[in-house]
Amino acid sequence: MKGEGAKNLAIQALLLLNALVMLYPLSVMVLSAFKSNNEIFASPFALPENFAPVNVLRMWQETAFLRYLLNSIMVTLGAVVAIVVFGTMAAYAIARYRFRLSTAVFLFFLSGLMVPLKLAVIPLFIQLDRLGLIDTRLGLVLVYVAMGLPSAVFILTGFLRTLPGELEESARIEGASELRTMLQVMLPLARPAMVIAAIQNAVPIWNDFFFPLVFISSDRLKTLPQGLTVFMGEYNTDWGVLFAGLTLSALPITLVYVVLSRQFIAGLTQGAIK
Amino acid sequence: MTARWRLSLWIAVLLLPGLAVMTLFVAAPLVSSFRYAFFAFDGLLPGRFVGLANFQDVLTEAPFAAQTWRALWHNCIVFAALMATQNGLAYLIAFALLKALPGHRVHQVIVFLPVVLSAVIVGFLWKLFLHPLFGLVNAALALIGIHGLPWLGDERTALGAIIFTNAWHWVGFPALIFLAGMQRISKETLEAARIDGANDRVLMTQVIWPLVAPSATVVVTLTFIGSFNWFELPYVMAGATGSPGGATDVLGLYFYRTAFGTASSGLTDFGHGSALAVLMFLFIAVISGLGLRVLRRREIEV
Repeated sequence: MKGEGAKNLAIQALLLLNALVMLYPLSVMVLSAFKSNNEIFASPFALPENFAPVNVLRMWQETAFLRYLLNSIMVTLGAVVAIVVFGTMAAYAIARYRFRLSTAVFLFFLSGLMVPLKLAVIPLFIQLDRLGLIDTRLGLVLVYVAMGLPSAVFILTGFLRTLPGELEESARIEGASELRTMLQVMLPLARPAMVIAAIQNAVPIWNDFFFPLVFISSDRLKTLPQGLTVFMGEYNTDWGVLFAGLTLSALPITLVYVVLSRQFIAGLTQGAIK
Repeated sequence: MTARWRLSLWIAVLLLPGLAVMTLFVAAPLVSSFRYAFFAFDGLLPGRFVGLANFQDVLTEAPFAAQTWRALWHNCIVFAALMATQNGLAYLIAFALLKALPGHRVHQVIVFLPVVLSAVIVGFLWKLFLHPLFGLVNAALALIGIHGLPWLGDERTALGAIIFTNAWHWVGFPALIFLAGMQRISKETLEAARIDGANDRVLMTQVIWPLVAPSATVVVTLTFIGSFNWFELPYVMAGATGSPGGATDVLGLYFYRTAFGTASSGLTDFGHGSALAVLMFLFIAVISGLGLRVLRRREIEV
């Protein structure tokens, strides 16, 4: 076992090196947000001379960053709430009741898992245009709901099927309505699966750039990743502001991730590991 | 109203919103996308039925065909390169994490951090770092006396630079999938191999590798689908035309450009765009379907 210690040391070194490769670029991003152009170009590896938030303030005041941020929050929140609510409703019907076409309905939802919706962007564009929903947040939300429902229904149906039937029966015997049985007895037990379904969808929606690029053209409706492309073009000679923009854009999801890393990792790798 | 009726109504209410969204925004568009590929478009409206002409154009006629095949070739390079670099590295990292040395949980969180960031943020960040004059990469190379290239501006290195960025962005994802697969191998199996005198290299290549075949299947399939839908990173780092000179043009960019036009020409062409989308869909579905069969058979054999 003599070699074991040296080997573990080598593995630790490898992991540390990897951590450095992952974190160093991000720390340079944050530090450069406090630098002037001169500082960035002349001494890229140095710490900033001071931590006055000049660039951040300029971002905040001169660009529509706040509006992009609010749009992203609205769209993501709206879509994720709709996915979890509609997904849970459908999954509950499929998992807890016997009815004709039950399997067909389930398969209809699952078929969405096979389709990369990005490749259907042309008919989606035409569909939204017919409904008058091009260049609206609602149109974007509906597309995300369609994108997220299949996996949500899949996860939630699987989970709801594992709940024991006795709970439901005793609630019914006590005279609770179907709605009350669902809301007060069954769904509280399904909370872990709902959290997984929410995170699994929230991250790709929050980060998505493709659908806003195609569907949203008004500046006041743009989401954060999309707004970032506008602003990276406008400030392309002012690197401190660019780094400030990248840092501020990365901040919200990074903070949530640090707090909920376990749920994030479980949620995002869920489909791949089972 | 009878009880049975009430129950049916209740089930219908539960299913209705989900089914409505799925019908309007998944099923209908999907059916249309196959239909649209057979029409010449007049703006947003399908006009004349043209049969297979759109398909013929994008596969064999100028100016479409040359771009189609070049883009497809670039997608193949992206897939091969990501398999070798990103996923190879991910396997190594997973093996290192499997030892569960002190701090391994923190390392898991760190390696997965870039995965949760938007490709737009990651793309712009590395575009700044790869800047020929003021970028961090060339500044670092200058420290050790190497004169760096304009990585994104040189036809020979541009695609590689974006692939590198993708690997940095995503390596944590396959790493944690491999790790989950490795953690499922029984302790006894690994102990037995060690007692038989297997060193780490043998363990990694001959004991663990066959046993994580299911994880490998998932990683290969997802990498394949991701590589052939590649869009956001090249769009951010190289623009809609795949600059310089189409050296980074991939099917995703080409499809977007054909369907929705570029900044310089806002012309939409939904007919040819739909044909491309259908071809990409069929290509991805057929190859990943065949690949899955081969990979699944491999899982059983070992």
